[in-house]
Amino acid sequence: MSGGVDSAVAAARAVDAGYEVVGVHLALSSNPQKYRSGARGCCTIEDSHDARRAADVIGIPFYIWDMAEEFHKGVVENFLSEYQAGRTPNPCLRCNEKIKFEAVLDRAKGLGFDGVVTGHYAITKDSPAGKTLHRAADPEKDQSYVLAVLRTDQIAGAIFPLGDTVKTDTRKEAKERGLFVANKPDSHDICFVPSGDNAGWLRERLGSESGDIVDGDGKKLGEHKGAYTYTIGQRRGLNLTVPDKTGEPRYVLKIEPKSNTVVVGTHEELAINSILAAPPTWCGSAPEINKELRGFAQVRAHGAPLATSYKFDGTNLIANLDQPVFGLATGQALVIYDGDRVVGSATINETI
Amino acid sequence: MLAYFDHAATTPMVEPAITALNNQLKKLGNASSLHSAGRSVRKDLEQAREEIAVAIDCAPSEVIFTASGTEANNLAIKGLFWKGAKDNKKVIITSTFEHHAVMDPVGWLAEHEGAQVVAINVDRKGFIDLTELTEAVEKHKNNIALISIMHSNNEVGSVQDIAQIVKIAGNTPVHTDCVQSFGKVDLSFKNLGVTAATISAHKVGGPLGVAALILKRGLDIEPILHGGGQERDIRSGTFNAPGIVAFAAAATDAVANKKERDIKIRQLKEELINTIKKNVSDIWVNGDQEKSLPGIVSITFPKTDSEGLLLLLDAEGIACSTGSACSAGVQRPSHVLLAMGLTEDETTSTLRFSLSYTNTVNEIAKLGAVISTVVAKSRNAMVK
Repeated sequence: MSGGVDSAVAAARAVDAGYEVVGVHLALSSNPQKYRSGARGCCTIEDSHDARRAADVIGIPFYIWDMAEEFHKGVVENFLSEYQAGRTPNPCLRCNEKIKFEAVLDRAKGLGFDGVVTGHYAITKDSPAGKTLHRAADPEKDQSYVLAVLRTDQIAGAIFPLGDTVKTDTRKEAKERGLFVANKPDSHDICFVPSGDNAGWLRERLGSESGDIVDGDGKKLGEHKGAYTYTIGQRRGLNLTVPDKTGEPRYVLKIEPKSNTVVVGTHEELAINSILAAPPTWCGSAPEINKELRGFAQVRAHGAPLATSYKFDGTNLIANLDQPVFGLATGQALVIYDGDRVVGSATINETI
Repeated sequence: MLAYFDHAATTPMVEPAITALNNQLKKLGNASSLHSAGRSVRKDLEQAREEIAVAIDCAPSEVIFTASGTEANNLAIKGLFWKGAKDNKKVIITSTFEHHAVMDPVGWLAEHEGAQVVAINVDRKGFIDLTELTEAVEKHKNNIALISIMHSNNEVGSVQDIAQIVKIAGNTPVHTDCVQSFGKVDLSFKNLGVTAATISAHKVGGPLGVAALILKRGLDIEPILHGGGQERDIRSGTFNAPGIVAFAAAATDAVANKKERDIKIRQLKEELINTIKKNVSDIWVNGDQEKSLPGIVSITFPKTDSEGLLLLLDAEGIACSTGSACSAGVQRPSHVLLAMGLTEDETTSTLRFSLSYTNTVNEIAKLGAVISTVVAKSRNAMVK
C-alpha cells in the first residue's frame, strides 16, 4: 500500500474477494521526505499516513516494512550502474522483479502468507501451464510491460484486483468506499527522484565530465556535460557547434561511456529493425529453441505494440520488427506479447 | 480477547480515574476564572495537586501540570539548560540509553543552543557507570547546567540508583525521568534529592494527555509555553481539570496498592519468562531482574526478526513491542540495547513484554501456545 488510490482499492477488493489481507507500506528510502509535493516521488511520511488511513478504513492490519537497503542495492544502484554503462534502465521493472515480488513476496511467504496483492493494472489467468500474465482492460493504464520481468513462480504469488478496471472507475470506487485518497494524484516518473530532475539527480552522483559529441565517423560536432544525461533518439538540447551540411536535424544514436562520447546521426540512422535481448524471463514455458514465432513487441512502458517475428536461440530473445522503430536504448525491456498475453521479456543488449 | 503485554506503552484506565474524569467533564469552568464556577474547578484541581504531591512525596507547589511526559522532559531539560547557560554552564550530562523524550531535547540543545553533551555509558545489565559519571562531574565541575538520567528504563526495566547520582552531582541540578517508575516502585521526590522529575498519567492508570513536572520549589526556569501564565508562569495553558483529577485518582490508587501489585506482577513476569524458555530454548533476558521494574522484560529471540514476530503475535491477539520505532513507523535497532552492548542483529530480534497486575496466567498460556510456531516462521522468513 503506497498511500495511493490504486493499492487502496486493490486491498479493499482483495478483502471483498474473501482473502485474509494485511496491508504493508514499504519504506524504501532511509531518508523519506515529510510531505508529498505534487505528483512526483512517492513513499514520503505523508504517503505512509495515507496508506495507514486507507488500511484502517478498509479494516485490515497495517505495518510498515523497511526495505530501504534492498531497494538501494537492487534498484537505485542498478539505475546508476546502467547509466554509467551508457544504457537506459527502467527501475520500475527492477523494483517489481527484486522488491515487490521477491523481497516482499519471499518475506510474506516465510511468515505464512500466500501472496502479494498490488494495485497494478494487469490481468492474470489460470492455464494448464500455470498462471499467465495479460494486458489490463484499460490500455492507457496497462502495466503488464513492467510486470513482464516476473518469473512464473512470482506471478503465481501475485494478485492484481484492478486488471479489469478503468482508472476513472477506480477513483469512483475509492470515493464510494470512503477512501480519502480517491482524488490523490498519481505518482509519475521515478519514485526515488522526487524533484523529477533525473539529469540533475544523476549529475549529483555521477559527476559531470565533459566529453565530445561526434558523428558516425568520429568527427567532433560539439560538447556535452555528462553522457548519461542524453537519451537515445534525443534531438533537442544537443547544442551542436558544427551544423550538418544537409541541414537535417541530428539525433542521439548511441552513448559510449568508455570514451565518454555521444554519437549523433540522422533520423534514418535511428531506425532499429532487430533487437537482441537477454537473459529472458518467460511467463509460462520457454518457446522451442530457434522456432520462428509471430507476436507483438513492446519496448517502452506505454509504447505501441509492434508487429514482429521473434525467436529464442537458447541465449537471446531476438525480435525482428516488421516496421523499424526509431530510437531505442539498450537497458530497456523488450516484452513479447501473443495477443494480450505476455510471452516473456528480456533486457535489450543490442539494437540493429 | 487481546492478551495485552504492552503496559509500558500505555495502561488501561482504572475505575476511580474514569469516574473522576467523567464527573469532572460535566463541570463547567475555567480554573483561572475569578467567579465561583472557575473557583470550583480550581478547587478540584488543587485538591488533585495535593493528592499527587502526597503520592510522590513533594510539596504541592512543586507539581507543574503539563500535557505529556515529553512536554515535562522538554520543560525541565531546556529550562535548566537555559538557566545554567546564563552563567555559562553549557554541559549536559546524560546517559546513553534515555528515552527519545530526553535524548532529543538534549540533542536539539547541542545542535542549536551550544550545549556540550557528555553521555555516560551503561553496562550490559542496564546500569549507569557511576565511576564514569563521577569523573565527568569532576572534569566539567563548574560548567554543568544539568544532569538528566532516567530513574528506570522503559525497554529493559533496570532501576538506577538516583540517590547516589544526586550525591555525585553535588550542586549540579539533577533531572530524572520517572515516567515508568511512578506508582510501581518506591519513589520519594524529597528523599531522592533531585531538582526535577517527570511523571505521566497514562503510564499509571490515568488518562492520556496529562502529566507533571515535579520541580524543586524556589527554582525559576524559562518556560516553553508563554501565555496566560498558569503554574506561576512556568507552564501557560488552560488547566486540563478533568485530566488532572483523573491523574490524581490513578496515582493514589497506584501508590496505595503498590506492594501487592508488585508481588503479583513479578510472579506473572517469572511465569512469562519460564513459559517462553520452555518453548524457545535459546532466548535470553536483557537487563537486571533484581533492581528492576516489576513488569518489564526484554527478551531476545536469536536469529529472528522482531518485526515479523510482532506481526505474527498480533495476528494471534497478543500485543507486545519491539524497540523504538522512528517517526516513519519503521523499526530501528534500539539505541537502548545497543548502548547495553547487544549487536544490531540482536536488537532487531528482541521483544519487550510489559506486564501489569491486570494480566493473567491464561494470557501467558496463550502466548506459550503459539510462541514456538511464531519464532519458527520468523526464522524461516529470514532465510535469505
